[in-house]
Amino acid sequence: MNDATGHSITARDVNLWYGKFQALCDVTLNIKHGFITSLIGPSGCGKTTLLRCFNRVNERYNYVTTKGEILVLGKNIYDPDVSLIELRKSVGMVFQRPNPLPVSVYENVVFGLRVHAGGDALRKPALDEAVEKALTEVNLWHDLKDRLDHKAITLQLEQQQKLCIARLLPLKPEIILMDEPCSALDVEGTAAIEELMFALKGRYTIVIVTHNMAQARRTSDECIFMLLGKVIEHRRTEELFLTPANLQTTEYIEGRYG
Amino acid sequence: MNASTGHAMFGETPPVRRKLRQEALAQWVFGAMAAAMIVPLLLIVGYLVVRAAPSLNLEFLLEVPKRGMTEGGIWPAFVGTLYLVFLSLAFSAPIGILAAVYLNEYARDNWFNRVINLAVINLAGVPSIVHALFGLGAFVYAARFGYSIISASLTLAIMTLPVIIAATREALASVPRSFREACWNVGATRWQTIWAVVLPNSISGILTGIILEVSRAAGETAPVMFTGVVFFKAVERGDLFPYYLNEQCMALSMHLYTISTQVPGVKESIPFATAIVLLALVLMVNAAAISLRVYLRSRKKW
Ligand SMILES: Nc1ncnc2c1ncn2[C@@H]1O[C@H](COP(=O)(O)OP(=O)(O)OP(=O)(O)O)[C@@H](O)[C@H]1O
Ligand SMILES: [Mg+2]
Repeated sequence: MNDATGHSITARDVNLWYGKFQALCDVTLNIKHGFITSLIGPSGCGKTTLLRCFNRVNERYNYVTTKGEILVLGKNIYDPDVSLIELRKSVGMVFQRPNPLPVSVYENVVFGLRVHAGGDALRKPALDEAVEKALTEVNLWHDLKDRLDHKAITLQLEQQQKLCIARLLPLKPEIILMDEPCSALDVEGTAAIEELMFALKGRYTIVIVTHNMAQARRTSDECIFMLLGKVIEHRRTEELFLTPANLQTTEYIEGRYG
Repeated sequence: MNASTGHAMFGETPPVRRKLRQEALAQWVFGAMAAAMIVPLLLIVGYLVVRAAPSLNLEFLLEVPKRGMTEGGIWPAFVGTLYLVFLSLAFSAPIGILAAVYLNEYARDNWFNRVINLAVINLAGVPSIVHALFGLGAFVYAARFGYSIISASLTLAIMTLPVIIAATREALASVPRSFREACWNVGATRWQTIWAVVLPNSISGILTGIILEVSRAAGETAPVMFTGVVFFKAVERGDLFPYYLNEQCMALSMHLYTISTQVPGVKESIPFATAIVLLALVLMVNAAAISLRVYLRSRKKW
């Protein structure tokens, strides 16, 4: 599902303040449906903040003010009739440190269903099916099918992170936001998550924040470079890295700052 | 090279030695002060046990006071204290926990919630004799509960509330933020987050905080003396349900005061044995709290 333009997320003139500090300035961008889009930029430039606007998690801090429009699948999510509960079902988020809940693997995967669904969807067979489907999608089923009752906290970090992705899937999200999903993982873990991203691409729109430019280059179709709360450049990844249009982008990807 | 200056390489120089001496002295002084804590405890307990020895037996606990309280046991006071403590916790624990959940999970930083916070902090600082007067006015007279177990436990409940709230908030705050974020991100409401994740992971801290309040409630004299505890009440030996809630009762703290200062000719070991019972009750409850916490901690891993 996407709007006529093929964009999953459209931001128009988004400004955001933490108290008096402006963290985002006039951000306008279009994120294409089914693509992997990476957000790069030096520390503190507002990548996480922007990402968290897309499912309105920022609003849990009550000193945040957001202005502007963000359309997800064509609908302005800052409209008063938008239910945060339904929005977050469609726009899932994966964090820097894997954050499985301190319950079993099984309960982690069905947590979203328990939160949202009722009746038949919560019968054992339906839940079992959802768990198998979600874990299969993230390549964990084979490893974990005999350990579904183990505490999720005891898994390896890479498995935990995959589990955190799997936890979103039973809710049938459209968009998955990832905030430096690999920075707590080793090389193999990173490779596994990237492989998983490729597998999920197309069905889900993925937005990934990363500090690792090589990763942005390897994984993403489009790349957004941010600096001090502004979007500086947004192009196809290979173009952005080969022929950056902006001097600041050039300097950043050459590693002169950041 | 250093060899020519007379010091071995990386060896101790005089300033280094001076620092090490200071360090050793500091450690010794701090350690001694900490160890000094043990002395009063041992002295108190030791003194009590020695003086109470002739009366320390099960009979003393189960028996009622005799001959104008100069002999016999302390059963009515012991049961009275249990009544007061449990009833007061039955009032203060639910209110305290729910209030703390509100303050920690829902409350935004506005003037209303700042006023609540201020109230909680100040309530904790009110002296118990003032609570006693308040209880007298509010529960005994205004609410017409009379001098009764109900009035006394409500007074104790008000007194313990702020500490229960503080302990609960601390336990809630110790639940990692990432758990909450995980919940919000699948669209859980605050209540679902609290129920599914926050409470199960903070219950050990909450319980400990509540149990520790038992010892405070058990030891208070003034609030219960003003509102529902009497010198003497005739009950059956070993009777577990001797009181109705609208009656007055006896309590250990008050009983200790009475037999130590108001009644002439009390057998000498009885006040000390009463103190031992009170102390043992409190220590046992504390020990229970600690083992509960250790047990629950050992089950949670993050
Ligand atoms: N909760 C907050 N309250 C106040 N200021 C914040 C908050 N979160 C972020 N900021 C500020 O907003 C700016 C952008 O932060 P943000 O976390 O979005 O940057 P980032 O690009 O994700 O950085 P990093 O690469 O280090 O993760 C920073 O200057 C930061 O100090
Ligand atoms: Mg960040």
